[in-house]
Amino acid sequence: MANMCPYGRFTHAVVRGIPETFGKTAGEGRENGEVTVDQAKAQRQFGCLTGALRQKVGLQLIEIPPDPELPESWRVEDVAVIQGDTALITRPFKQQRRSEADAVRRVMSELNLTVVEMGDEQGDSGGATLEGSDVLFTGREFFVGISSHTNRRGAEVLADTFRDFAVSTVPVCGGARLKNFCSMGGPDTIIISNGDGAKKTLRMMEQLTDHHYDVLTVPEESAANCIYVRGPSKRDFLLHRPAEECPDSVSAFQKLPDYTLLPTACSEASKLGASLSSLCLLVNRKHTYF
Amino acid sequence: MTTESGADSEAKQPQAKKEAEKGKSKAAADPASPQNQPEQLPAAVGHSTPARKEQEQQEEDQESHRSSTSRLSRSPLRGVKKVKMMQCKIALLDGSDYSVNVEKRAKGQVLFDKVCEHLNLLEKDYFGITYRDVESQKNWLDPSKELKKQIRNGPWNFSFNVKFYPPDPSQLREDLTRYYLCLQLRDDVVSGRLPCSFATHTLLGSYTVQSELGDYDLDELGSDYISEIRFAPNQTKELEEKVMELHKTYKGMTPAEAEIHFLENAKKLSMYGVDLHHAKLVGNLYESLAPAEGEDSEGVEIMLGVCASGLLIYRDRLRINRFAWPKILKISYKRNNFYIKIRPGEFEQFESTIGFKLPNHRAAKRLWKVCVEHHTFFRLVSPEAPPKKFLSLGSKFRYSGRTQAQTRRASAQIARPAPLFERSSSKRYNMSRSLDGAPITENHETPVKGSAADGAPKVIAKEDIITTVTTEKKAEEENAEQEDAQEVAAETASTTPLRHDTKDSEPPPEVVKHQTNISELKRSFLETGSNGGCGAPGLTEWEKRLSSSPLRSPRSDEAPMIEPLELQDAKDEQTKQEVGPKDTVAAAGFLVKYVADSVVTDGARSSGPHGISLSTTMDDDVFVDGTLREEAGGKTPDSQEEEEEASDKSATKVSPGAVRQEVSQAITDKKGTLIIFKQAENKEDEETSEKEGLAETDGIEEQKRQASRKAEIKNGDVSQTRGVDSPKKAMASWISEEKVESSEFVGVFTQEVEELKTLDEPQQKAEGIQPKSSPTHVTVSASLAVSAPGWVSPSHKASADQEKAVVVTENEAESPKPKAPDGVEVTAKDVPVVHTETKTITYESAEVDTNGDADPGVLLSAQTITSETTSTTTTTHITKTVKGGISETRIEKRIVITGDADIDHDEALAQAIKEAKEQHPDMSVTKVVVHKETEITPEEGED
Repeated sequence: MANMCPYGRFTHAVVRGIPETFGKTAGEGRENGEVTVDQAKAQRQFGCLTGALRQKVGLQLIEIPPDPELPESWRVEDVAVIQGDTALITRPFKQQRRSEADAVRRVMSELNLTVVEMGDEQGDSGGATLEGSDVLFTGREFFVGISSHTNRRGAEVLADTFRDFAVSTVPVCGGARLKNFCSMGGPDTIIISNGDGAKKTLRMMEQLTDHHYDVLTVPEESAANCIYVRGPSKRDFLLHRPAEECPDSVSAFQKLPDYTLLPTACSEASKLGASLSSLCLLVNRKHTYF
Repeated sequence: MTTESGADSEAKQPQAKKEAEKGKSKAAADPASPQNQPEQLPAAVGHSTPARKEQEQQEEDQESHRSSTSRLSRSPLRGVKKVKMMQCKIALLDGSDYSVNVEKRAKGQVLFDKVCEHLNLLEKDYFGITYRDVESQKNWLDPSKELKKQIRNGPWNFSFNVKFYPPDPSQLREDLTRYYLCLQLRDDVVSGRLPCSFATHTLLGSYTVQSELGDYDLDELGSDYISEIRFAPNQTKELEEKVMELHKTYKGMTPAEAEIHFLENAKKLSMYGVDLHHAKLVGNLYESLAPAEGEDSEGVEIMLGVCASGLLIYRDRLRINRFAWPKILKISYKRNNFYIKIRPGEFEQFESTIGFKLPNHRAAKRLWKVCVEHHTFFRLVSPEAPPKKFLSLGSKFRYSGRTQAQTRRASAQIARPAPLFERSSSKRYNMSRSLDGAPITENHETPVKGSAADGAPKVIAKEDIITTVTTEKKAEEENAEQEDAQEVAAETASTTPLRHDTKDSEPPPEVVKHQTNISELKRSFLETGSNGGCGAPGLTEWEKRLSSSPLRSPRSDEAPMIEPLELQDAKDEQTKQEVGPKDTVAAAGFLVKYVADSVVTDGARSSGPHGISLSTTMDDDVFVDGTLREEAGGKTPDSQEEEEEASDKSATKVSPGAVRQEVSQAITDKKGTLIIFKQAENKEDEETSEKEGLAETDGIEEQKRQASRKAEIKNGDVSQTRGVDSPKKAMASWISEEKVESSEFVGVFTQEVEELKTLDEPQQKAEGIQPKSSPTHVTVSASLAVSAPGWVSPSHKASADQEKAVVVTENEAESPKPKAPDGVEVTAKDVPVVHTETKTITYESAEVDTNGDADPGVLLSAQTITSETTSTTTTTHITKTVKGGISETRIEKRIVITGDADIDHDEALAQAIKEAKEQHPDMSVTKVVVHKETEITPEEGED
């Protein structure tokens, strides 16, 4: 169908800077409970990530300025799900995060994407929550992790938005999000950790899919979240956690043939339950639609 | 996607009326159909209104019965036939209705065949006929049952639909078939059964427009042309504009190409070919839901989707589970409930049964049937025999049609020139039809490029070209036999747990033991009703074995660090491997794929290593579990090719006997002028020795040497002919050249034979064959039935007379398997020079005189037909001459196969020969000459 192309062809990355309120989650603060985060370090790491995306991978980078009022706004992945020329603005679980979408929505429009909203709390999709970090798009289909942040109603909205694709729901165990322990590592490769919960999810994905994916398992959960981009020069880039952060998993990535591996630190964001992919939205403006 | 009533019904209604009227006048003109048109008319309308009340329908129907009888009694034909005829109205995919009369007691098949005939459809196994039952639900007509018993009191109204959506439509043989599939899909899209995004609506719409209206042309079409066609359930102006934008970019795209693009996109949609059924979950069976859904699943409304790969479970739009066919051990229904028994997962000990509550018993049965049919069609090599009545308490229903594997094989045999058809700006989708509604026809002037192979000037009178006797029954018998053999093979392979490993080698002996179990398994899989509970006793053993083997589990959860898509690769490799050596051999010099016998050899091949690999492939396709799904589902083009190839091969398998026979026959007729060169590759021959006869192998080496030598010698001549690239150009010079050459041959032949004989006495046969091979090299072109002025004629005379019917074969090679043994016999016989087969095919070619025909005769007609596919160009040249009061038809077929080494030339060649043979069953193959060139230039195989 029109939108079907192998995963990984991106032209743009949308990121949002680390605010000084980084780590100070408004309200509950459940996620960062005891952890102390180094905001400056987070900013440096953010800089490395964006640098890699722009200079190494060769994507056009769109950086939304940070907003101190929105301490979690750097997790841009959560607020939109983009496929082809359509961007679905999600409804994050936390009420206070929902205004993060405004800036992202603007950028999406500027990129000429068709922006789809999940609608009001009152409408058909009432009660629906959806966060991009629970959505694994493989290029062929969507897996939506039913987690503490994303519910079935949210997944339904997603299915209604991206009608060409099968949208399957899979369980996410624990408080995590789907992409905390898995991500795409190539057009047909899923990188996933070998934790029990992840295995269970993987099993479900395998049962639900019509396709066959290669699976690359990594011993550390956080290592399983990578950013894969097939660059303009047809090279495969994989941004992954560096050896310092995931010593046991790096060797696994080296099995990927002809990949350019870009170790990218993400320790601070990680402390807040985020991972590499949380920090950016990838867009393909050149997708050959037709 | 067939059970849901479409939104098309409204749109159809006015059309239905119109068509009905048309039908009326038609029927009126037809004396053999004393139908009660007026009474039927309202019924037709009723049909297109699904919500129509049952009562009403019944009334109408009774009425119509009555009047139909009374009219019959008045009919002048009364004395002749007492059979009650009923008029059936079938809504076709283009929105028109087709009325046809069938005997009241006719079976579904009769109607189906009539409709297909009307549609000129050969690849019909993907299609079916539906009727609406009293609840207005669509049901598939069972071809093996009487119509009357199925529709009961309902009106004799039906519709023609796609039943099995081919996972890879590009593998369909004919554009016509694709066209109908497109029409179905357009309806699926417009009715919302096949949901798609805006972008996809746009894309599909643009291809639709291109195929229906041709190139964008503002002057001709106007600016608003597009709003007359329906693309989407809610069509917006924006959509129409986008469609138009795209349409503008398609200049020069033929309708057939547009349809291929359409299908390539449509097939990727996640709901493509998914037949949805409403159901509710029974009990708290979490297996049927992603565990996340498990909370309280009792009574949850879901949809069950039956498709090529298995059973999908949806809740709203979300896929919540999926059971690939291999995961399902058994499906059954009981009252309102539908059950699937699931193979235990890796860590589970027992199989589990999941139940679904359907709205009613009929719905449960309908779902069950659809499952049985889909499973059989897409997963099995051949259909299951219905159970013996006393063994089973449940339904006897089994899918009785051809499986996908069979139908692919069959359609590989379709050899008619692509039929001309009219893309009737399908009325159903047009909101209104204005302007000049000239229907779009295939543009045959446009040179065809790439895959859209609807050969260019095939317009030429088909009557002359194709003379095929559709021996349906025969073919089916053959099929059956062939299938049996294959199935065994496939099963054998499929039982091998370590299939990855065994693929390239012989299946381990123990495998054979499993065979029976498999059948059992299959049997019970389909078992219905009463014994639907837990495990038929006979099975458990097998099931345990299956489940205990870790390699058997569909997905290894123990995911290796990286799992390559090795199956696919392995398969490819495997094929290459097999092909590889052959190529080399061929390249070595005797490219000359022995004449007609190339077919034979090919047969050998397919039953040799290829045969096995074939069944393995089949196996993958058919039995293998989840991991292989991708291939099995046929989503991957490669695997599809593979399959296709496989089916081709298996198809070839049948033919050798007959072809050889014929050739031999021809040879005899020619008094030994024409001899078969039997060049069986040793390897293969070994494998098939029982079939091939042992004697032959000996001669081969010798032959090869000879052949290559000869080839070299004659190379000069060859290039001359070959030099002409364009088939058309070549044509001009061809005939004359041919003649010259052939006379040369005769000389060569004799010489050769003698030479050979002196060489090696015991290898008589082989030698005898030899000579033929050498001229082969020389000629460069294979002429089917004829070429040399002399010896061709006798058989032709015979065939020329018979040649007329334009029937199209849609069946398998008409080279029956039973003949193969004969072939063996023949081979084994120590016939000097030729092997003769006396059985079956009788040629009327009594006198064989080689000399008298030097007179070229009077040329009556000559025509040239060229068709091409990606890798082959076929030029058929037909000349009709009259010599001394005897008319003679010669058909020379030149096939140029171009492509790199990956192409299996032998395969292609064998295929070509077989095709040619089928195309002209009445004629004999008198000569097949092959030249294979493996140099810098692309290879050519010509026959």
